[in-house]
Amino acid sequence: MTVDAGTRMDTKVAAALGSGARPAAATPLSSSLTFGWRALLKIKHVPEQLFDVTMFPIMFTLMFTYIFGGAIAGSPKEYLPYLAPGILVQTVVMITMYTAMTINNDIEKGVFDRIRSLPVWRPSLLVGSLLGDTLRYTMASSIIIVLTLVMGYRPAGGVVGVVSAIALLLVFCFSLSWIWTLLGFKLRTPNAVMGVSMMVLFPLTFLSNVFVAPETMPDVLESIVKVNPVTILVDAARSLMDGDPDGGAITTVLIMSAVLVAVFGPLTMRVFANRT
Amino acid sequence: MTRIAVFLKGISCGSMGPMSYAIETHDLVRIFGDNRAVDGVDLRVPSGGVYGVLGPNGAGKTTTIRMLATLLKPTSGTALVLGHDVVAEAGVVRSKVAMTGQFASLDEDLTGTENLVMLARLYGFSWGQARQRSAELLDAFDLTDAADRQVKKYSGGMRRRIDIAGSIVVRPDLMFLDEPTTGLDPRSRNQVWDIVRALVSAGTTVLLTTQYLDEADQLADRIAVIDRGRVIAEGTSGELKASVGSGALHVRVADAAQRDEAVRVLESTLGTEAVREGDPCAISMRVEDPVGVPAALARLRDHGVATTEFSLGQPSLDEVFLALTGEAVHEEVNA
Repeated sequence: MTVDAGTRMDTKVAAALGSGARPAAATPLSSSLTFGWRALLKIKHVPEQLFDVTMFPIMFTLMFTYIFGGAIAGSPKEYLPYLAPGILVQTVVMITMYTAMTINNDIEKGVFDRIRSLPVWRPSLLVGSLLGDTLRYTMASSIIIVLTLVMGYRPAGGVVGVVSAIALLLVFCFSLSWIWTLLGFKLRTPNAVMGVSMMVLFPLTFLSNVFVAPETMPDVLESIVKVNPVTILVDAARSLMDGDPDGGAITTVLIMSAVLVAVFGPLTMRVFANRT
Repeated sequence: MTRIAVFLKGISCGSMGPMSYAIETHDLVRIFGDNRAVDGVDLRVPSGGVYGVLGPNGAGKTTTIRMLATLLKPTSGTALVLGHDVVAEAGVVRSKVAMTGQFASLDEDLTGTENLVMLARLYGFSWGQARQRSAELLDAFDLTDAADRQVKKYSGGMRRRIDIAGSIVVRPDLMFLDEPTTGLDPRSRNQVWDIVRALVSAGTTVLLTTQYLDEADQLADRIAVIDRGRVIAEGTSGELKASVGSGALHVRVADAAQRDEAVRVLESTLGTEAVREGDPCAISMRVEDPVGVPAALARLRDHGVATTEFSLGQPSLDEVFLALTGEAVHEEVNA
């Protein structure tokens, strides 16, 4: 920089202002895509968030298969068909909380207010972030599937079974993410979000049939585990991946998803619109 | 204090036509819980130029701006921005104003280019136009070298510049700048001041909040002083300063033993109360009329009081506050 940088900037800024003609307003689709682009850029620039998405599922899968597999199912190989769908569900359900983290961070850093002060269709921020979520969920799912395949897992349901299990899982997680969006708006700091989500997610995923059959648990616990939505989701995913679709479980998952959206969708949009 | 405020408001009402206001608020109130953050603010900001809102931390400056920028709904009262109601016509207001500051920031994880491209896209530019506009702005703000660096790695001055660049992707009719120079070094501060002047010369009205009287003095055509959610004085910088006396006189005597004598002489000559500073040789006092100062110094010499330093400065924000709010003075008396 030179000594007269200030003066130079003065004229250049004035010139830049002069050429700031206003184009026609962005369409909802175009602003949603722009926010989606931002979500992808954030994954690129903050690879740490992919660490959770990739490393933890890998560690969990290896640990549970080789440490507990023998004790639970006789051998790691026999345990894998039971564990794979379960750990797939657990992994993706766990990372839904990033939705809340992202929104809460945006609010805390003032990015949210900057965006709110723009003349754009406001829900496009949420629609755009779904794009980033899709990428995260898909990446995590692919990693689990590839890893378990390498470890010797051969799903009886084949490609169709696995893909439809992942599709069902994504539907449920998108519906679940409305709760996280709401929490992201309501909680004060990203740390609070982290705390609350761990308090909810750990019991939700561990008090389920992800790792072991509920029948092996004490009666009281078994009855809790059986009504856990995650258990039903795992049942549905397992049935699809095993090539023996459980219509009841799948329908229940779809109904739960619809209820989540019906309740938390409008609630979240109201908080979003009126956040003052 | 009331006398001053009424006097200054009288001036502002008389000299402006009703149609020329960029911002007009009436009894604006915002309550958080039982805290009246903004407690009945009446502002009339003329179109064009810089309007300064001066006040200490927690005075209600940011809350006021957030309401004017449609980010916060007023608890009661009305605000028209560029002739549009901030609640009923929030969308129209949003399309005409821009803001930058502690509460409206860019995405720190993205690079300078990515932030500007994103904002340009959201304003409706095509991808190609957005990239071109981003490059133009980065060049204008001397940030081309940092274009591909994440904003969180920018220095304070660069950060403020990219924030402002993001606000003029399309030229706003009105720009809110919330404490744009707080924490900047003098060089970066001067750059921001240059940018503000460039904004004004391009026809944008700027509403600027600041804690520094000096900054308001340098940039603002008119200033509102806010304290505890209320406007306690309003006027041009000259009017405000006149209302608290022309400035502050600081004197150091050579011998601390002569300070009491010096205080007596200065008080009797200048007619205002002198303050004995922590430094046993130093005296400071408010001066109504600087013309009397040379005579006062001459009288010190006549009384055999030797002085090592004297200076006549602008009143500081503290001094403006002491003069404008009875409360602050009261606190000091109690302390």
